[in-house]
Amino acid sequence: MNEITIGHYLTLGAIIFTIGVIGVFLNRKNVIIILMSIELILLAVNINLVSFSVYLESLVGQIFTMFILTVAAAEASVGLAIIVVYYKNKGSINVEQINSLKG
Amino acid sequence: MEYAIVFLPLVSAFISGFFGKDIGKKNSQYLSSILVGISGILSLFIFYEVLNHGYSTNKLIFNWITSGNFQVNWSINVDPLTSIMLVVVSLISAIIHFYSIGYMSNDPHKPRFIAYLSLFTFSMLMLVTADNFLQLFFGWEGVGLCSYLLIGFWYKKPAANAAAIKAFLVNRVGDFGFAIGIFLIFFFYGTVNYNEVFQLTPSLIEKEIIFLGIEFNLITLICLMLFIGAMGKSAQIFLHTWLPDAMEGPTPVSALIHAATMVTAGVFLVIRCSPIFEYSQTALNVVTAVGMTTAFFAATIALVQNDIKKIIAYSTCSQLGYMFVAAGIGAYHVALFHLFTHAFFKALLFLGSGCVIHSFHEEQDIRSMGGVWKKIPYTYILMIIGTLALTGFPFLSGYYSKDAIIEFAYLKGSTIGYFAASIAIITAFLTAIYSWRLIFKTFHGKYNNKNNKYSSVQESPLIMLITTSILSVGAIFVGFLFKEIFIGYESIQFWNTSILFLNNIYHEHPPMWLLFITPIIIILAIPISYFLFIKNQSILNKLVSQNQFVYKFLLNKWYFDKLYNFIFVEPIKKLGLILWKNGDENIINKYGPDGLAKLIKIASIKAVNFQSGYLYHYAFVMLIGFSLLLTYLILN
Repeated sequence: MNEITIGHYLTLGAIIFTIGVIGVFLNRKNVIIILMSIELILLAVNINLVSFSVYLESLVGQIFTMFILTVAAAEASVGLAIIVVYYKNKGSINVEQINSLKG
Repeated sequence: MEYAIVFLPLVSAFISGFFGKDIGKKNSQYLSSILVGISGILSLFIFYEVLNHGYSTNKLIFNWITSGNFQVNWSINVDPLTSIMLVVVSLISAIIHFYSIGYMSNDPHKPRFIAYLSLFTFSMLMLVTADNFLQLFFGWEGVGLCSYLLIGFWYKKPAANAAAIKAFLVNRVGDFGFAIGIFLIFFFYGTVNYNEVFQLTPSLIEKEIIFLGIEFNLITLICLMLFIGAMGKSAQIFLHTWLPDAMEGPTPVSALIHAATMVTAGVFLVIRCSPIFEYSQTALNVVTAVGMTTAFFAATIALVQNDIKKIIAYSTCSQLGYMFVAAGIGAYHVALFHLFTHAFFKALLFLGSGCVIHSFHEEQDIRSMGGVWKKIPYTYILMIIGTLALTGFPFLSGYYSKDAIIEFAYLKGSTIGYFAASIAIITAFLTAIYSWRLIFKTFHGKYNNKNNKYSSVQESPLIMLITTSILSVGAIFVGFLFKEIFIGYESIQFWNTSILFLNNIYHEHPPMWLLFITPIIIILAIPISYFLFIKNQSILNKLVSQNQFVYKFLLNKWYFDKLYNFIFVEPIKKLGLILWKNGDENIINKYGPDGLAKLIKIASIKAVNFQSGYLYHYAFVMLIGFSLLLTYLILN
């Protein structure tokens, strides 16, 4: 019987992290998807923290996770608010068209 | 009073130059003329004081350089020599300021012109009032600069610009020698103040130095170097080529700078340095030789020129040669006397020719003039007076000074003295011929101008005629009035210490035939030239066609310009082109500033691509950077 070790948890975290990163880069459609990908990256970090917390039998990791979740929620709301305002101004949130930073 | 004389022209230059537009073009002309006029009148007072009371002074302006024992002042040094130069410079300058009100009335840049003229006057006054070589050099370069600016005044004419550059460059050659002379003086005397230098000179007569591998007597070498400077400024042979070309400038400039004042600075230098020159017979002989060669050679060229101003320019060159002959035979006072009278009659001739040019609507070629003496009688009379004075017609000013030069050269008694005297007599004859040729071609014979109708020729404005008339009074009387004071028996007392005569001046009478030969020759020249140039031109044409070679030789100014072009101008131009194209553009620029700029441009074009504006690109770059950093930290 295979036991689920810390390695499995870390692998899961790494996979989710990679999905998040690739989501940021390959997405050509919608800014909201970028936001979601960032959430994924954060969750991957959370998984790492929780698994290490259990592994090391220390509660610090889990407390940090709670903090990160709070911050992530705040960040998501701010991000969504920015997107709404942006949409009102430009009429589109298509990633391809957001390049006014171009030099 | 001395301060006013020197600084009023500077004030005038300052006001006209910087505020000419604010106070109005006409006003700036009047203001400058009046200021310089005041300076001219004050200098007459100074001259009067010097004449009657032996006045002399040295007014300090401020300390210029103090370094150890070396001390140089800005000061106004007044002695008999300076007082005469003050009169010549400021008085004639004032007259020409007034004249140019009329002459430049159609020019859009009057304030600039008048400012340059005033600045020139200031520099020239600085030159003559110096009490050391450094201030002299400052004035020397100042007048050179103003001459450059004024020759190129009509900067839209390419010929004027070329002439200005030529004048500046040729003067550079002379100034190089002059600077070396001053360096030598400083090196061996340890000072550049006139008084100390002149006192120390007798103790250095024996000194020999090695220069360029040849052993020279120090005094001779210094004199020769100073004389090279004088040759450049006074347009003596080999360095004369700039003077005829300088006639591209406006005529008042030619009258003031290239006839009356600046070109005589070289003569002034030799006279001022008489306490040094007197101790070197070699240098004096060189001065005489150069002077008489120039006098003769310039006169021969003037015979065949056709531009009215160029004829007078060569005549100036020739008369300057006379002055150097006088200085070279040790008769410095006669040189200065000729300088003094020459300033009046040559300025008169130039202003007169300015009137002629004005009457003919900017025509300068004497072949397209003629037959107008009834139409412009005042100009005609003024030109006649100028010509008579120049040729040395008895009892006009040129007669006294020119005859004095011939007499003193004869009385000198040496070979070179006799030689100089005979050359001077021949040149006097040539002078008479070319001067009368100018008069006859301009005013007599048939009317030849195709561009203007005979009726359109008219007398110049009143202000031009009045100012020219003042000069004509000078040209008639100054010789007679000042003969006794300048070169008479009592003149040694007048000159006091400003001129050193090592040998006694001869006062015995020259033989009678010598006294009569020159006046007779120059009076004979009048009918001769009338006959040649008006009555019977076929003789002249025959003479020209038979001596084509000589005629060409003279017409091309002894081929000096061509020769210099071939020896100096062309090779240097080629070298310059090579250095410019290959050295400067292809090496220094290509790999230096231009190359660097190009590199930065390419790099920035590449860098711009990074800034796509897409968020995910930026995030990607951040990630890569973060990963690299992390990898680096882990590996360490």
